[in-house]
Amino acid sequence: MPDSQLTAAHNPALLHHFAEPQQQRDAASLGTWVFLGTEIMFFGGLFCTYLVYRRGYFGDWGAASKTLDVTLGATNTAVLICSSLTVVLAVWAAQTGRRRLLIGNLLATLVLGTAFLGIKGIEYKEKFEKHHVPGASFQFNNVMIPGHPDQYANPSHAEIFFALYFVMTGLHALHMIVGIGIFIWLTVMAWKGRFTPEYNTPVEMGGLYWHFVDIIWIYLFPLLYLIDRHP
Amino acid sequence: MFDNFPLWPQRASTMAGNVDALYIFLLMVSGLMTLLISVCVVFFAAKFRHRPGVQAEPIEGSTPLELTWSIIPMGVFLVIFFWGAVVFFQERTPPRDATEVYVVAKQWMWKLEHAEGQREINELHVPVGRDVKMIMTSQDAIHSFYVPAFRIKQDVLPGRYTVAWFRATKPGTYHLFCAEYCGTQHSGMIGSVVVMEPAQYEVWMSGGSTGPLSASGEKVFAELGCATCHRPDGQGRGPNLQGLFGKTVQLEDGRTVTADENYIRESILDPGAKVLKGFKPVMPTFQGIVSEEQLNALVAYVKSLSSTRPGNAMAAGSTSPPAKASAQRSQVQ
Amino acid sequence: MATASIPTVERENYLNKHYGVGSWLFTTDHKRIALLYLLSITFFFFIGGFFALLIRLELLTPAGDLVQADSYNKLFTMHGMVMVFFFLIPSIPAVLGNFLVPLMIGAKDLAFPKINLLSWYLYIIGGVMMLHCMLTGGVDTGWTFYVPFSTAFSNTKVVEAGLAIFVAGFSSILTGLNFVVTIHRLRAPGMSWSRLPLFIWAHYATSIIQLLGTPVIAITLVLVAAERALHLGIFDPKLGGDPLLFQHLFWFYSHPAVYIMILPSMGIISEIIACFSRKRIFGYSFVAFSSIAIAVFGFLVWAHHMFVAGISVYAALVFSLLSYLVAVPSAVKVFNWTATMYKGSIYYDAPMLYAFGFLGLFTVGGLTGLFLAALGIDVHVTDTYFVIAHFHYIMVGGAVMGYLGGMHFWWPKISGRLYPEGWAKLAALIVFIGFNLTFFPQFILGYIGMPRRYYQYPPEFQVLNVLSTAGATILGVGYLLPMVYFLWSMRYGKPAPDNPWNAAGLEWRTASPPPTFNFDEEPVVTWEAYNYDELNRFPVKEETPVAR
Repeated sequence: MPDSQLTAAHNPALLHHFAEPQQQRDAASLGTWVFLGTEIMFFGGLFCTYLVYRRGYFGDWGAASKTLDVTLGATNTAVLICSSLTVVLAVWAAQTGRRRLLIGNLLATLVLGTAFLGIKGIEYKEKFEKHHVPGASFQFNNVMIPGHPDQYANPSHAEIFFALYFVMTGLHALHMIVGIGIFIWLTVMAWKGRFTPEYNTPVEMGGLYWHFVDIIWIYLFPLLYLIDRHP
Repeated sequence: MFDNFPLWPQRASTMAGNVDALYIFLLMVSGLMTLLISVCVVFFAAKFRHRPGVQAEPIEGSTPLELTWSIIPMGVFLVIFFWGAVVFFQERTPPRDATEVYVVAKQWMWKLEHAEGQREINELHVPVGRDVKMIMTSQDAIHSFYVPAFRIKQDVLPGRYTVAWFRATKPGTYHLFCAEYCGTQHSGMIGSVVVMEPAQYEVWMSGGSTGPLSASGEKVFAELGCATCHRPDGQGRGPNLQGLFGKTVQLEDGRTVTADENYIRESILDPGAKVLKGFKPVMPTFQGIVSEEQLNALVAYVKSLSSTRPGNAMAAGSTSPPAKASAQRSQVQ
Repeated sequence: MATASIPTVERENYLNKHYGVGSWLFTTDHKRIALLYLLSITFFFFIGGFFALLIRLELLTPAGDLVQADSYNKLFTMHGMVMVFFFLIPSIPAVLGNFLVPLMIGAKDLAFPKINLLSWYLYIIGGVMMLHCMLTGGVDTGWTFYVPFSTAFSNTKVVEAGLAIFVAGFSSILTGLNFVVTIHRLRAPGMSWSRLPLFIWAHYATSIIQLLGTPVIAITLVLVAAERALHLGIFDPKLGGDPLLFQHLFWFYSHPAVYIMILPSMGIISEIIACFSRKRIFGYSFVAFSSIAIAVFGFLVWAHHMFVAGISVYAALVFSLLSYLVAVPSAVKVFNWTATMYKGSIYYDAPMLYAFGFLGLFTVGGLTGLFLAALGIDVHVTDTYFVIAHFHYIMVGGAVMGYLGGMHFWWPKISGRLYPEGWAKLAALIVFIGFNLTFFPQFILGYIGMPRRYYQYPPEFQVLNVLSTAGATILGVGYLLPMVYFLWSMRYGKPAPDNPWNAAGLEWRTASPPPTFNFDEEPVVTWEAYNYDELNRFPVKEETPVAR
């Protein structure tokens, strides 16, 4: 007990309303997990809406989903999984006092995250060119329903697919942008030497957030791209 | 004295008494409970008012008491639930062979069309003692068909049919309200249900009608060219509609649905959604081409193609509980 | 510490430690943030109340003659939106919760003080957006935003209103986050879960709902805004969408939301009844777990708002049954509170009068919920004044009574002053009478068939409407009085001792008002909650300035 009190007294990162660093760490950790819980509910409403319509308009949505580029989607999935690896390494580096490795992995994460957004941008551009963006210029005529060579998809129903596609991936991209912002800040802090084996909570919590955003994509990818996909 | 100051709605339908009975039971239970709590609070507040030298007695609790006052209310609640459920089933199960009235709600009026063909705006004439089933849809926002004296209410939705029914028991004129907020003149969307003696109703009916709704439907059917593909000899590209209504049918994708009002309606507006097994999805959509009234007429016509067939056990499905109609909806879920 | 101490020199406390607008606008002290919230929610309460006044004035006559139809539709919409999202949801947690949670558990502040300040700013931003919306045309969709009216037919500022609520929702989420982490991690040594005041249990349960429910309405409003702005078809049947999907998403939050509004008030009632009966709440564990049960079950009943909306009979059965289940824990609480008074030593101070009022009014409100959960009855009374009466009995008769009782109970702690007891008792009585006169006739109005959201109605409904409006004016007076005398007391009220009520709870073991860091020394708890048997051994001396 006396040792941690000494540490508490001398630790500049300890906030005044916490009795000791462990309490502060526990609070930050619980807070982050609870926050991620709210994010699950946030995306959850969209996922429910998506699933309701996927079931109801199975054929039309199969046609719409087929127009998404599965190669780009899979690449993005790989990019994000790699970025989660760099995040894990960054956290480990912070915990073991390896400043160089920490900064390197934080930067790698940033690069991968930006790459994800870039690939997403390419996909959005392609959707725009094909008139698959919902709104006045939406077009989806004479697209066959997969597995039903004599049936065309209902454009109105397909438009709902794309509406949800853009809202879901757009919301996810927004979270990625926030994540990139957080990691830029972490990189700057790491450069200034703020993180030590005793105090690296922001890296760990930032990492949790990034993993969460990754997991959302892991669900989005099969739901949007892979269901009912025929070769 | 209470004409201008009613404290109780009139009872003018067969369901009204059932609903009131449950309500009165609930009033008694609630009244008793409120009295019990109030008396305890007042009594304890008075009897145990602080007095110098008298301490409060530290009582932790009593698990038996907790269980008692959890289980007994739960029991009472279950009784209320069952009773309410029974009444609800009755409310939601239109009798077979009920007379049908098609209702189209729009901002801010009620358009009604009897199966016999009479059209009314904001008024519904019915005879005493006859089961009336309303098949309702909206042209725009969600409305709700509410007749307090009959104790019925059902939301009227765009894009699908919902059903309500009643049997009036007392001649008179009763309020018809829209009970789902729908914009500017929501509170102006008031009409009346006029319940007449059967003889009077016959007189009213005979004046001014364009013929049965199903006949109008037959005309629309011909005008829009439906007969080209839906041939009674079964040789057309589309299914034979004779005897179809109310049957359970199999679809191309393996699902089974009941061919009820919502199915017919959906098949006209979104033909590719539920294609019958053995048929190709070549029917064009009539979305935007056919009005709500025309849709109602077509539905009535298709129904009439089933009504003369013997052994029409499935036709009872046409008066199946709206629950089925809702379950087999044209939309999702 | 059981004897009241007489403050002689004004000690340093959270109010006088720093002066200046900046010290308030950039504070991270949970007590100051609570007061910032107090000002803001009071402001919105009066705005919502003003709309209510106009509504009741219009309803004095059967004809629509005071305002135009569109204006009336905006009035009831904005009354609902302001009262629900900008008053009821934040009120108790953001004011009394913020102030008391750290004090009650022996902490120096909440876990995340800066996030606490952020939550207030988000509330203000949402509030400003709402005000702007109201001042530049308003919104007329009803607080329930039903589609397709709100997405395709309304000509008012739907998107703006939706986004204002979206922003305010994040304020609510952050408050919940702070409370959950604080209660888990910042309890003082010895403050175990079973020693927590029931106020804390209530706020913990409330926070769970805030965290899990609010994000769903947030995303729903985003979808509505997107649909309206971009003409998408997610909810529009003409484009293949489903209007019922909106209702499910909306009520999935908005039903648990009503438990956000009532649970904190129940927490207050537990504290007040214990103190003014001078004994521990009867069945502490049952009351604590009832709060959690209400929070959990509250998520399972949302479609009882949709019995006539077009859901299947079987779905309706399930939700009706579950709605009866959720009623049981609330009933259990009422019984426990009443039983607490048995063999107590009861004082009739203003907070207790509010608690008495709560017991009666919440009982009526809760019982009328049973009517609505009964499918056969609901068909007749849903969307009528019966529902309006039901939820006002709970929200106003329950939540607001609890809020006012709590404000009186903790006013000495918050301000360091005593409020005038005579006026407070009078206000409580006026509120009780005014409230019943306003809302009881509405039960009758509903059963005889008056639909809600009507600004003109058949003449036979007039007498009851007039009674209701008369009650509303009385109720208004009852609400204005505390505004006046609370403000008066800040200057002229008797200085309050640390524990004027000789109440249990850590918040009473520090000064009134407390110092910025709450306690001079971190408390170490070695006693159970509601240790009134110990406190009663040392009665307050009569010559010291106490509240009674």
